[in-house]
Amino acid sequence: MADKILEMHHISKTFGGTHALKGINFELKAGEIHALLGENGAGKSTLIKILGGIHKPDKGEIIIDGKIADIDNVQSAQSYGIGIIHQEIVLVPYLSVADNIFLGREPVTKWGFKDKKQIYSRAQEMVVQLGLNIDVNTLVGELTVAQQQLVEIVKAISFNVKILVMDEPTSSLSDEEVNHLFHTMEKLREKNVGIIYISHRLEELFKMSDRITVIRDGNYVGTKQTSETNSEDLVAMMVGRELESFYTRTYSVQDQEVLKVENLSCDNVFEDISFTVHKGEILGFSGLMGAGRSELMQTIFGASPYDRGRIYLNGEEVFFKNCSQAIEQGIAMVPEDRKGQGLVLENSVGFNITLSNLKRLMKNKLLVSEKKRKNQINKYVSDLSIKTASSEIEVSSLSGGNQQKVVIAKWLATKPRLLILDEPTRGVDVGAKSEIYSIINQLANDGMAIIMVSSDLPEIINMCDSVCVMRNGKLVAQLSQSELSQENIMRYATGG
Amino acid sequence: MNIRANNAFTTMFRNNAGIIFVLLILCIVLSIVSPVFLTADNLITVLRQVSNNVFLALGMTLIMILGGIDLSVGATVAVSGTLTVGFIVNNGMPIPVAIMLGIVIGTLIGFFNGVIIAQFKLPAFIVTLATMNVAQGIAYIYSGGRSARITNSAYTQIGTGKLFGFFPLPVLYMTILIIIFIILLNKTRFGTNIYAIGGNREAARLSGVPSKKVEITVYTIAGLLAALAGIVLSARMYSGQPSVGQGYEMDAIAACVLGGVSMAGGRGRISGTIFGVMIIGVVSNGLNLLGVSSFWQLLVKGLIILSAVLIDAQKGRKLPFLMKISK
Repeated sequence: MADKILEMHHISKTFGGTHALKGINFELKAGEIHALLGENGAGKSTLIKILGGIHKPDKGEIIIDGKIADIDNVQSAQSYGIGIIHQEIVLVPYLSVADNIFLGREPVTKWGFKDKKQIYSRAQEMVVQLGLNIDVNTLVGELTVAQQQLVEIVKAISFNVKILVMDEPTSSLSDEEVNHLFHTMEKLREKNVGIIYISHRLEELFKMSDRITVIRDGNYVGTKQTSETNSEDLVAMMVGRELESFYTRTYSVQDQEVLKVENLSCDNVFEDISFTVHKGEILGFSGLMGAGRSELMQTIFGASPYDRGRIYLNGEEVFFKNCSQAIEQGIAMVPEDRKGQGLVLENSVGFNITLSNLKRLMKNKLLVSEKKRKNQINKYVSDLSIKTASSEIEVSSLSGGNQQKVVIAKWLATKPRLLILDEPTRGVDVGAKSEIYSIINQLANDGMAIIMVSSDLPEIINMCDSVCVMRNGKLVAQLSQSELSQENIMRYATGG
Repeated sequence: MNIRANNAFTTMFRNNAGIIFVLLILCIVLSIVSPVFLTADNLITVLRQVSNNVFLALGMTLIMILGGIDLSVGATVAVSGTLTVGFIVNNGMPIPVAIMLGIVIGTLIGFFNGVIIAQFKLPAFIVTLATMNVAQGIAYIYSGGRSARITNSAYTQIGTGKLFGFFPLPVLYMTILIIIFIILLNKTRFGTNIYAIGGNREAARLSGVPSKKVEITVYTIAGLLAALAGIVLSARMYSGQPSVGQGYEMDAIAACVLGGVSMAGGRGRISGTIFGVMIIGVVSNGLNLLGVSSFWQLLVKGLIILSAVLIDAQKGRKLPFLMKISK
């Protein structure tokens, strides 16, 4: 034990004008599980991509087994025994488990045909070695996501990996599946594989890891023995400042109800949901992934249907057939997936800001007024201090935080009474996060009703006036400000 | 005002620099090898010849920015031309009524495409491939495969008439349509919505863009344009021919792609498409002037389409590269 199999020294990387990494240090011992922790955008993915041969570092050296390694591309990373399990599954769904494991390096018979027998027997052997119960003849597409992830691990192991990177492997798994994954990781540890483990779930890190390295904004913050640290320390290291100054929230809840939801149900998605949001209130929604929070918000916004229940807006019952009806009634929603749902990436900042609000910017029935359009764009670029070279450049060239501000600007332009924010700070850097919090606070103070769905517990605790916790499609608790704590929320969210 | 117009022109040149360069080279080469090319007569002929493709390419541009494709426009040209002429010659309908009917039929084909594609979320390629066959079939069934001649000058004037004695009417229609479509795409909500849907359908839906309505409208417009093209063409040819229009959809698609309209949707401009049409038109005209056989012309046109797709692929490649930088 205790041999260093990997050392990364002073790794730096610049993309265009932005420093993605500034002198990162990282080391891994054989049989160790070393967690890499940092907020979205901190540089974890870039570091992993450098290790995997997808990017080349500008500065710094990588030492594997005591020798300087020159990782040029994905193949050379593999030859150094580095295996990466990405967040997204990269298997071919229409091929069997065994075929996937040997894809691109199938053993052949002396006639040059694929040696099916050997493929299946060797695949079976590997699966059994890791104590898994998967039939290697099954098509990958027929497996659950968790099983597919395990196949990815088997595939990585089949390359004789010594260094295995796992990028948020548990983000879409159930508790039981997570336990199974951990069991497999223990097996790998026994085989002296070093594991780099990336996860946002602190409790997992405390359970599984030996050491934790924190990076923030591309900087190396520090490495701690897991047994000698606690979650407060880690969060402080990740965020890099006292939490008090980070969040802005002045209480502003008024009496007037804006949204009232009664017994809302959508079969197999969410059930019997009732809650109320008032003017000036920030109501949080917490829960694990798949608890039905985003689906509920989509329903309120008219983007997906429901089976039973009632929705009242300003005391009047509403029935939205689509989003534009909801928008007309003063509802706005910043969706969960900024790139997939929030922005038209190839179009300009201005295009995106005005997309939902063109009706108000018309010169006459037919034509859009260029002047009104420009005025509106300029107003929001300056109000939300969106950092962009020009409002006519592609929105994809902006940083995550500024992209999110563009989405928020688009919705503020519709002058909503109710603003739904689904994971408003996901993938947003720390500085922009703080700015977004103060914008949200200002909006609530100005009398907007706000629903904030978030998996970021400190954020939801510090920003919300009360928090609804969902589990398996049910609203299991509504916690008031005084009852809010990470432990309390997690207890309801997990049912523990 | 002057400065803004100036700006619009410089942006147009910058956006289409590559294709304008190619067009210039083509024109220079042709004016050297053929003494006829650079005469006013010939240039007007080129404009008249491309006008038909402009009708179709305008609609195709909208559809492709939306992320779709329409293979049925060529067949719609045949249907509307054949039926309109047939209604006049065989059924003795008054000319305006026959024209209205022809337009309605073509528009309905587009509307039908749009409804099926938007409502049932089917791939545009296969839906319009099917309607292409249906439309072609209708043209053949109605005409029995024979073309109908028409000599009534009130009708043929639509295609052969000249403004001030030298400016062909089809070129006038084309000019008007180009202006309408530039305004439609750049200055209206409808145009913005097309870009939004093609760029990110889900984001458009969640932004309140009425995607289905826009999609159906766009296909309907393409059908309408194809019908107009069919009527103008039949008037110019003094006949309604059921076999006309085959491959026209491909010329329109090629023009769009040459002009920088993305096959994946979300990107494209009317100005680019027009330059694309001009390149195809100038090449055909040049080959004609040089006396190249129509068999060879096909081959050359094929190579142009291939190069167009290559250009499009290069543009697509730039994207992931940019995304890496922005991270």
